[in-house]
Amino acid sequence: MHRTKVRVVEEALDANNTIAQTNRDDFDRASVKVVNFMSAPGAGKTSLLERVLPELHGVRVGVLEGDVQGSMDADRLASLHVPVTQLNTGSGFGGECHLDANMVRSALPSLPLDDIDLLVIENVGNLVCPAEFKVGEDTRVMVCSVTEGEDKPLKYPLMFRTCELVLVNKIDLLPHLDFDVGKLLYNLDAVHPGVERILVSARTGEGVDAWRDWLVGVVERVEAPA
Amino acid sequence: VHELSLSGAIVNTVVKHAAGRRVTVVSLRVGALRQVVPDTLAFYFGFVAEQVLIPARVRCDPCEREWEIDMPIFRCPGCGGAAEVVSGEEFEVESIDVEEVECIAPR
Repeated sequence: MHRTKVRVVEEALDANNTIAQTNRDDFDRASVKVVNFMSAPGAGKTSLLERVLPELHGVRVGVLEGDVQGSMDADRLASLHVPVTQLNTGSGFGGECHLDANMVRSALPSLPLDDIDLLVIENVGNLVCPAEFKVGEDTRVMVCSVTEGEDKPLKYPLMFRTCELVLVNKIDLLPHLDFDVGKLLYNLDAVHPGVERILVSARTGEGVDAWRDWLVGVVERVEAPA
Repeated sequence: VHELSLSGAIVNTVVKHAAGRRVTVVSLRVGALRQVVPDTLAFYFGFVAEQVLIPARVRCDPCEREWEIDMPIFRCPGCGGAAEVVSGEEFEVESIDVEEVECIAPR
């Protein structure tokens, strides 16, 4: 018996990235654009989807709903007559805190890919792990609500840097909070220079039209040849 | 919890390259921007996980300037432009130490 050093030099998430690319190829073949939708728990992902999904300018949308447990969010969205597929990351208490490419792969057969143009994957509420795991998306969108603190981009840079759009939600609450939106946007721009952002309120509907237009715009994108 | 998720990814990579051999040491290169806590990551392993922390460095091309950051601020203090990441996003298995069993059977 002797010991040998084996040189590897491989991205540890290589296996996940490979499966994510396979998912992406399947989505591309079905001409479905995919949004990975992320936030901390309670930031308002489901509410912001409820606001825009019923009327998306003719875009046919489906939702893959990731949750540790339960189907509360999926039930809310299903009542909008949008195809929703539930993906639970754990049985009983304590499941995975994020979706990974393999979990999304396992849900592919139950997704109506031929009947939709856009798939929104609502990730598990968490600002850390979901940022690490590609699932086969075209783009990433996150929600940051004004009840969370202006310093969040500095604390979770990986998440904030990986998203193309940041929705700043719950702005109807601003008169009641000591929250400085300017400071949040400043920190956001420092962490991810030039990132797109939309101020919204899922409650009053402010900013929702801009959010809807952005989402519709994803479907209209033409991919540059690789 | 983050480290536990990442441990699974490391194990998958290690198992693939170990090809059935017993692994004694795993050497990792972890960038500062990956928000990994080294002690927590090491905690999840039954073997030794050696970690080299790669500092986060960014570069501003127009200013021809490169510097190390300890806060995740990616605006160039010189021109205000967006700086590019040079290093700090690594999360790699660099090498593994394995035990080879001598082959005694004639081929």
